[in-house]
Amino acid sequence: MPEPVELPSSRTVPKKERRPSLVWIVPVVAALAGAWVAVTRVLAEGPTITIDFRSAEGLEAGKTKVRYNGVDVGTMTAIRLSDDHLGVVATVRMEPKTESFLVADTRFWVVRPRISGANISGLGTLISGAYVRMDIGQARDEQRAFVGLETPPIVMRDVPGRSFVLKTSDLGSLDSGTPVFYRRLQVGEVVGYELDPDGSGLTVKAFVQAPYDRYVTSATRFWHASGLDVSMSATGFSVQTQSLMSILIGGIAFETPVAEAALPPAGENTSFLLHRDRAEAFRAPERNPLEVRLVFKQSVRGLAAGAPVEFRGIQVGQVVEVGAEVDVKTLAISVPVKIHLEGARFGVRFTDLDPGDDPTAIRRRLWDSLIAHGVRAQLRSGSLLTGALFVAFDVFPDAAPASIDWNAKPLDFPTVPGALEGLEASLASIVRKIDQLPLQAIGDDVAKALVQLDQTLSSARGALDSAGKLVAPSSPLATELTTTLQEVTRAARAIRVLGDYLERHPEALLRGKSGEAR
Amino acid sequence: MGRRGGAKRRGTRRARRRRRGAVVTTAPVAAIQRGWQSCEACGLLSRPGADAGACPRCGEELAFRKHRSIERTWAFVIAAAVCYVPANLLPVMVTTTAAGSAPDTIMEGVILLWSPTGWPLSLIVLIASIMIPSAKILALVYLLVTVQRGSVANNAERVRLFRTVELIGRWSMVDVFVDTFTAALVQLQPLMAVEPGPGLLFFAAVVVLTMLAVESFDPRLIWDAAPSEEVVHA
Ligand SMILES: [Zn+2]
Repeated sequence: MPEPVELPSSRTVPKKERRPSLVWIVPVVAALAGAWVAVTRVLAEGPTITIDFRSAEGLEAGKTKVRYNGVDVGTMTAIRLSDDHLGVVATVRMEPKTESFLVADTRFWVVRPRISGANISGLGTLISGAYVRMDIGQARDEQRAFVGLETPPIVMRDVPGRSFVLKTSDLGSLDSGTPVFYRRLQVGEVVGYELDPDGSGLTVKAFVQAPYDRYVTSATRFWHASGLDVSMSATGFSVQTQSLMSILIGGIAFETPVAEAALPPAGENTSFLLHRDRAEAFRAPERNPLEVRLVFKQSVRGLAAGAPVEFRGIQVGQVVEVGAEVDVKTLAISVPVKIHLEGARFGVRFTDLDPGDDPTAIRRRLWDSLIAHGVRAQLRSGSLLTGALFVAFDVFPDAAPASIDWNAKPLDFPTVPGALEGLEASLASIVRKIDQLPLQAIGDDVAKALVQLDQTLSSARGALDSAGKLVAPSSPLATELTTTLQEVTRAARAIRVLGDYLERHPEALLRGKSGEAR
Repeated sequence: MGRRGGAKRRGTRRARRRRRGAVVTTAPVAAIQRGWQSCEACGLLSRPGADAGACPRCGEELAFRKHRSIERTWAFVIAAAVCYVPANLLPVMVTTTAAGSAPDTIMEGVILLWSPTGWPLSLIVLIASIMIPSAKILALVYLLVTVQRGSVANNAERVRLFRTVELIGRWSMVDVFVDTFTAALVQLQPLMAVEPGPGLLFFAAVVVLTMLAVESFDPRLIWDAAPSEEVVHA
């Protein structure tokens, strides 16, 4: 092949020194950058923990965060069923430097939207999905496997205060988050509750925030503040409630009796009784009640344990037990009512009491004197609507004389039939007497008598007619006779009407004519 | 196998043409075989001097082949391969919503987009972001290895492969482009915000480095090992 002509010659430049190309810096830099990223990733790796939950609802591996005070401190990397298939085990990769948070009493729980009566929480999770909240514990020993809480602890460790244990037989409308009031100020919340192991009652845990927790002393009374407290008095209705919220969702209130306010604050987890209402809470506890048996010969329907025992309207005790007894020998059935008498508990005070006096002796003298003056126990109806009964001691001057045998066990106090019972008895006897009246026979007799009377009157009229013939029509005798005859006729008609009426309504003999018949 | 067979068939066709006394100047002759240098900038052919020279027309440094082409290409390819690992392992996009921030790697994005309706987009991301960069790296490695071993097979295919890689190069930035665009547009604080992640940097590095590798590779090297006997004949 012929060579192309006119090719210019290249210029000559000095040869450069040959050394490894600088371009190799590029992969070295790339490798260094990659290595640096890898190292920082490894160093940035926090501890991995596992949390057991009952359900993985709302949780998502790779997305669900663990948060503390709104800061993401970890990410859920995997969720699997637990080995016993009863729950789930979530694996969480924590952020670096969180080791010190992961101690034995650190708590985890899933925050989902929760709407309870007391509050609506976790609304943010409607958008963000559930997340796991962490509450850092105070223990020293680190831990990597945790058991998640099913319900969020309402009390965080960073909120100062104290929790108390309340014993109640009825949970009422209490729930986690139910407010605790002190002088109508919300100072805490119910943290949780559980049934006692023997099932006999409930233990409610309430948390009272600082500084209000120092108002709880060993003498403090707690009571259900749920709903309305309606009391009726001579001045009208009075409605008491802690707050509008407590009407809707219930609550617990506490107060310390003024006389005992000087006590030191109660310790953490001190146990208290949770009373049904404020009145019950402030009632002094029974100290030395006088147990008395009352035997009534009437139905005790409507009398329940806890019903008041009053003396002239003042409560002096309460019914403890209502039962029935059968005497095996006589087969007599009695319904004894056991009551506890303790006036002091309900505010009855003794005046001129010397410290040396024996209260038992005073009490015996008092009751001996009362019984001697005719004081007897009686069942009375407290409410006509509900038929609830209560025991009243009152003076019955006509009562048969009685006395108390202080050595008997149980102690028996004399009773009188109830007021209503007496009324019922007399009414029944009246009705029985009325029933026994031979009204039908009376009516028949009267009807017969009237028929005879009618006949007598007719014959009398005949006699008068014939007499009239004897008397001239214009003579005064005749006029008088006519008038008399008219009167007689009217009387006869009235008697007939009466006879008819009585035949239809024989009871009119007793009650008189009713208006309708007229 | 088939390719080799095809090459052989072509070879025999040329031989037949030669035997018939047809035009032989169409046979490829490399300038380097004539001892000429072509200017990379202006294409001027020139005869080199005793030492390295410059283009008499434009002053570009002249060499028979691109300066240290294979070495430089290797360096860029290796760097790209190194960056390819963190590009796929690190999140390229951090989506911050009310749910918290969720970092997504390229593969997670592909999985996230995969749905009965969204699969085309998912496929595009998969091809553009994962398959093409790796294919580019593998193609360049293949070209480098074959050139270094002086392979003569499939020269035409290899050049076509190189052209394809070169063509794709400028488009494979599309992922970086989309990502940064999204990050710029989706700033609905505090509802939602998208931020580029560290993986994006490596991903961009992969794209840039493969482009540089393609740039530094001299496709003429593919033909350098072509059998000289055919050229001599022609
Ligand atoms: Zn030139």
